[in-house]
Amino acid sequence: MARYLILRLLDMVPTLFLVLTLVFVAMRILPGDPALAVLGQNADGGQLEAFRERMGLNDPLWLQYVRFLWDAVRLDFGRSLMTDVPIRTLIANNLPHTVYLTITSVALGMTVGIPLGIYAATQRNKWPDNALRLYSLIGYSVPDFYLAAILLVVFSLQLGWFPINGAGVGFWGGLHHILLPAITLAFLKSAFMGRLTRTSLLEVMGRDYVRTARAKGAREGRVIFRHSLRNALLPLSTGLGLSILATLSGSVAVELVFNRPGIGRLLITAIQERDYPVIQAGVMMFAFFVILVNLFMDLVYIIVDPRIRVKS
Amino acid sequence: MTDVRTETPSAELIAEREILAPEPGFREAFSRVVLDRPSTQIAFVVVIIFILVAVLAPLIAPYDPLRQSMLRINQTPTAQHWLGTDQFGRDVLSRLIHGSRKSLIFGLLSPVFAAFFGTILGVAAGYFGGIVDRVISRIIDMLMAFPELLLAILIAAALGGSFWNIVVVLTVAFTPGFARVARASTLSVKQEPYVEAAIAAGVSTPHIIIRHIIPNISAPIVVLMALWSASSIRIEATLSFLGIGTRPPNPSWGNIIRDGLNSMFATQWPIFAGGLAITIVVLAISIIGDSVRDHLDPETNQ
Repeated sequence: MARYLILRLLDMVPTLFLVLTLVFVAMRILPGDPALAVLGQNADGGQLEAFRERMGLNDPLWLQYVRFLWDAVRLDFGRSLMTDVPIRTLIANNLPHTVYLTITSVALGMTVGIPLGIYAATQRNKWPDNALRLYSLIGYSVPDFYLAAILLVVFSLQLGWFPINGAGVGFWGGLHHILLPAITLAFLKSAFMGRLTRTSLLEVMGRDYVRTARAKGAREGRVIFRHSLRNALLPLSTGLGLSILATLSGSVAVELVFNRPGIGRLLITAIQERDYPVIQAGVMMFAFFVILVNLFMDLVYIIVDPRIRVKS
Repeated sequence: MTDVRTETPSAELIAEREILAPEPGFREAFSRVVLDRPSTQIAFVVVIIFILVAVLAPLIAPYDPLRQSMLRINQTPTAQHWLGTDQFGRDVLSRLIHGSRKSLIFGLLSPVFAAFFGTILGVAAGYFGGIVDRVISRIIDMLMAFPELLLAILIAAALGGSFWNIVVVLTVAFTPGFARVARASTLSVKQEPYVEAAIAAGVSTPHIIIRHIIPNISAPIVVLMALWSASSIRIEATLSFLGIGTRPPNPSWGNIIRDGLNSMFATQWPIFAGGLAITIVVLAISIIGDSVRDHLDPETNQ
């Protein structure tokens, strides 16, 4: 177990390194002069030169690369070009909101999706099963930002039940503000988890040990929850991981629609303002997030399925 | 190598026919998939209408999608403007019709490119194995770790959102999926007697790959193309919505909604219409993809 963990952590290093290198290369192959892009066409030669000097753009490439890696390791992302606020502060202000949104929507999606999937699996090919099929197809097809816009227009604008923007103050204020964005993201998750639960449950329920359990007269509830669901946990935890990852990309659009602070909106705003250091930091934050979630999922696997622990 | 098979139908030929299990003709397979369920029939009609609208856009759109008029901004639907007008007085219906072209192009282009590159990578990894496999698989795994949309946003963030950049972005995002499927299928096809026979007979490697491997792994690749084309339309719409896809003033379903959100206090029609268009088309393509998958792999949905 400990050995597996250490190996898995070591395995993250090349991935992190590759991601950082990709970010560095991507930011350097950007078309056009970053100094010109930031300062605009009206900047004179002296201003451009000063900017390049300040950003270290005149140094040889390898030195920029080493400095970039060193800064990334120390989580020092520099300052925003637009507001001159340290990016670390920007992230500290925005990250918690994205995390809250992720947790709330994943919890909501699981709570709705898994029972739906279990029910559909027990009613295979009857109307609840077909209804879930339709629900999940619609869930896959409605884009996050469209659902977000509809909820915003109907419940905030027309009915006035929910606030139009912001993140709210205090627990109840926060809850009031987070509900619509979380429902938006949870919709796709519940569709996805419902379908996944149904499929993996049905697969397990065709196995011999389930037939044995039924043959020895176990109650249906016990067959489903004790014998089937436990063995369907592995694909479900993969689904959980994918759901969390999908929230990261979904949150970008949802934060924008609901005008809610968060890493996604920070990144999109930075892209529009060509605030390169913030874009760079935002991209890295998302990449770190993805790597962390994948690590977390591997840990969940070895908890859920002891065989993986023994094999490694 | 002379082709003896045309002269005498030998025992090998008969055996080969049996091993290969006759592929159903395209028309037969098509009618079985499409005519199977009413939902698939409707979905198919929707997709055809969508393609017709996209192709004929300049002919059927009532107005120029770019023509602005300050005299009629943010109107709700009227007899002249069925879906109303937007914040610049442009006809929403015309923008919607022209926007379908972007969705169609991206829905077709990126999955095709991704299928092409993904198949090359996957077949190479599966067929040659060893170091080739390890390098390719490692890259696939790393790319797979990122959700497609997130990858697309990150690349678009770095490169900016011109037409070809979005195509590249979506292609990069989808390629790993194809590569993984192609690799797995190649591994199993490689074990088939006809491939082993071809290797034993000294058939050249490119010939084996093109004539024996690719045709036999094409089914799952085609299904994946259908599914990704739905995702591709949705992701393009999302990128345009975020302002890093199709640049205004050119219409795209995503930026129609974006514009709509800016004027939502006046009219909500652009939001509803744009989103409905995306949802219906993506839903239709998903339903078709779904029934093709069920058809190819009946076990998953017994």
